[in-house]
Amino acid sequence: MQFSSRRFFYHRSFTVVASVAALIAVAGCHKKAAPPPPPPPIANTAPAPTAEITVTPQAINPGDSAVLTWHTANANEVSIEGLGQVASSGTQTVKPAGSTNYHLVAHGDGGTADATARVTVNTAAPPSNNLSESEIDDATFHQNVKDVFYDYDSYDVRADEQSVISQDANFLNQHPTVRVVIGGYCDERGSTEYNLALGENRANAAKQSLVTAGVSPDRLRTVSYGKEKQFCTEHNESCWQQNRRAQFSVDR
Amino acid sequence: MNGKHVRLQFPLKTFLLLSISILFSSSSLLAQDWVRTGTNLGVERIRLAAADFKPTGGDPQNASLKTVFDTTLYSDLKNAGIFNMVSKSMAPPQTPGGPQEINLAAWSAAPASAEMVAFGALGVDGGRITVQGFLFDTKNPQTPQILGKQYADTASEENARHIAHRFADEIILRLGGGINGICETKIYFVSGRSGSKEISVMDYDGADAHAVTHLGTLSISPRVSPDNSRIAFSSLGKDGWSIRMYSLVLGRPVGFTSPGGTTLSPAWSSDGAKLAFSSSRTGDNEIYTSDASGGSLHRVTAFRGPDVSPVWNPKSNSQIAWVSGRTGLPQIYLMDADGANVQRMTDGGYATSPSWSPNGQFLAFAWNRKYGPGAPGGQDIYIMDIASKRWIQLTHDSGANDFPSWSPDGRHIVFQREEGGSTNLWSMLADGTEQQQLTHGGANSMPNWSWK
Repeated sequence: MQFSSRRFFYHRSFTVVASVAALIAVAGCHKKAAPPPPPPPIANTAPAPTAEITVTPQAINPGDSAVLTWHTANANEVSIEGLGQVASSGTQTVKPAGSTNYHLVAHGDGGTADATARVTVNTAAPPSNNLSESEIDDATFHQNVKDVFYDYDSYDVRADEQSVISQDANFLNQHPTVRVVIGGYCDERGSTEYNLALGENRANAAKQSLVTAGVSPDRLRTVSYGKEKQFCTEHNESCWQQNRRAQFSVDR
Repeated sequence: MNGKHVRLQFPLKTFLLLSISILFSSSSLLAQDWVRTGTNLGVERIRLAAADFKPTGGDPQNASLKTVFDTTLYSDLKNAGIFNMVSKSMAPPQTPGGPQEINLAAWSAAPASAEMVAFGALGVDGGRITVQGFLFDTKNPQTPQILGKQYADTASEENARHIAHRFADEIILRLGGGINGICETKIYFVSGRSGSKEISVMDYDGADAHAVTHLGTLSISPRVSPDNSRIAFSSLGKDGWSIRMYSLVLGRPVGFTSPGGTTLSPAWSSDGAKLAFSSSRTGDNEIYTSDASGGSLHRVTAFRGPDVSPVWNPKSNSQIAWVSGRTGLPQIYLMDADGANVQRMTDGGYATSPSWSPNGQFLAFAWNRKYGPGAPGGQDIYIMDIASKRWIQLTHDSGANDFPSWSPDGRHIVFQREEGGSTNLWSMLADGTEQQQLTHGGANSMPNWSWK
């Protein structure tokens, strides 16, 4: 990592700087206890750019996506190989077909910095092989971790849903490596923005109930879908009730 | 339940009905009275004729571009809401191309009876379009000219429309009390159904609609910056909703530090320096303010329940109106930008999506006054005078209406209407009249009118 973030200067004074850098590198080899090399003596006084890039998760299954997050400073041109020019800092969702190195290069007046993040795409293995608990299949998960339903315009977990929460928490406590994403949903009525806030409150209420029942909050993530993703699309109360829910899924 | 009881109840019911209907009719009479928008809406309208322009070139493109220009100019002036337009069929037979050719007496006589006439000439030559436009006052035959303008650009339909918009705005500025016209403004909106929603833009009259973002996810709540350089919006990523920023100058996303949690409904202050939005970073959606890149984050509300959809008072940037579910169904509230002096504006029902009028006087919002499980009430657009909390209803009995947004002249409101399974954008005058459908695709929502 240290090596990849070492800065190279190759503008007008490329050869001079390169030979100075080489000298420093050689000098550094002679004395292992020597202090870190001084900053390269270049005429350019602009601050050197910095670059870092991370990816979450670092390993994905084929067809899944990962999120790149990068930060640079003192750069006026930032690009990621394969993605082209990007903002100086940002995030982007990627969906590589195979394992990929994302190489970030930041050019600034003070030079160039780079950093690399790697996404490993798991080769499709037979599901029976190497089944760890975090790769529990969806059918088993949904059989054991049931959704929680809410009253109209409410995000209080109803008394009759407490037993569902207890059973969900039991299963999750027996499978402590499974991470869960909780989606908050609303029925089709009402306004988009308000329903997204309400959906967040529903997901969060379900999360708090699971935490109270002993599930670690670190394993639980909430996402609101408001009325953006309707489970049932008829315009009646039975359908609306199905849509007013917190839905649990394995967070992969 | 016995007969006596029923007989007693009947006159009481009748009396109640009567008194309610008296109350209702008197309040709707008052509603006609108190609205003073300060925008020349409601004053006696000037009778204006827009003549077909005279073709001056032999280029084959001349006729088609002239049709585009004539149609656009007429509809711009009609849309302005401050003119009584002379129907084209009442125009005198001769088409004047310049000051020497106009017979003012013919225009001021019946049936045209025009007080003002817009006319001129349009020519296409060598790939260039040239327009001379005039505005004449028929009541002042000695010095009738109010405006004389010349425009030239590359010949294209888009430029013919654009020149018509510019000439119309000049006329509206002169005759409409010095308020800039809106013919060159844009409306940003959300296009697409669940699964993928992108931010789109169109001209104020619905022409030239096209997508701005191509993110392949759900992107909603577009809000254009006061200088038209950026759009803030809310977008769904793997970790939920965050505020994103898109530069209209650079044509790509630019940095904005979204504070984590479900982050929704950005709103620009009118000086472009600040944003207000809703974030669940503490677990419950609250209103925050930040600078234009997401720094200097301040939490403004702290109360259990959803808080969302803030808007700044554009006159002072010292007050915020927003939607809160702290007492149950969502209501419109008002507070100082530091969170002090909270007051509730709506007295019940389901009220969302406030938009603050450019003059600071009114809130437009969506309200379902009879909302509740099983209640068949409609969701309509209302405006409220903030000082008196008096309101009037602008839409009636047509679909579910939401997300009103004021035009910069304060004379118009654009909104979404969901009807028969499709959602489209409509505009109307701020008194609810002259409603017209702007989009026809069936999946267009959350309009936001540009500031200029």
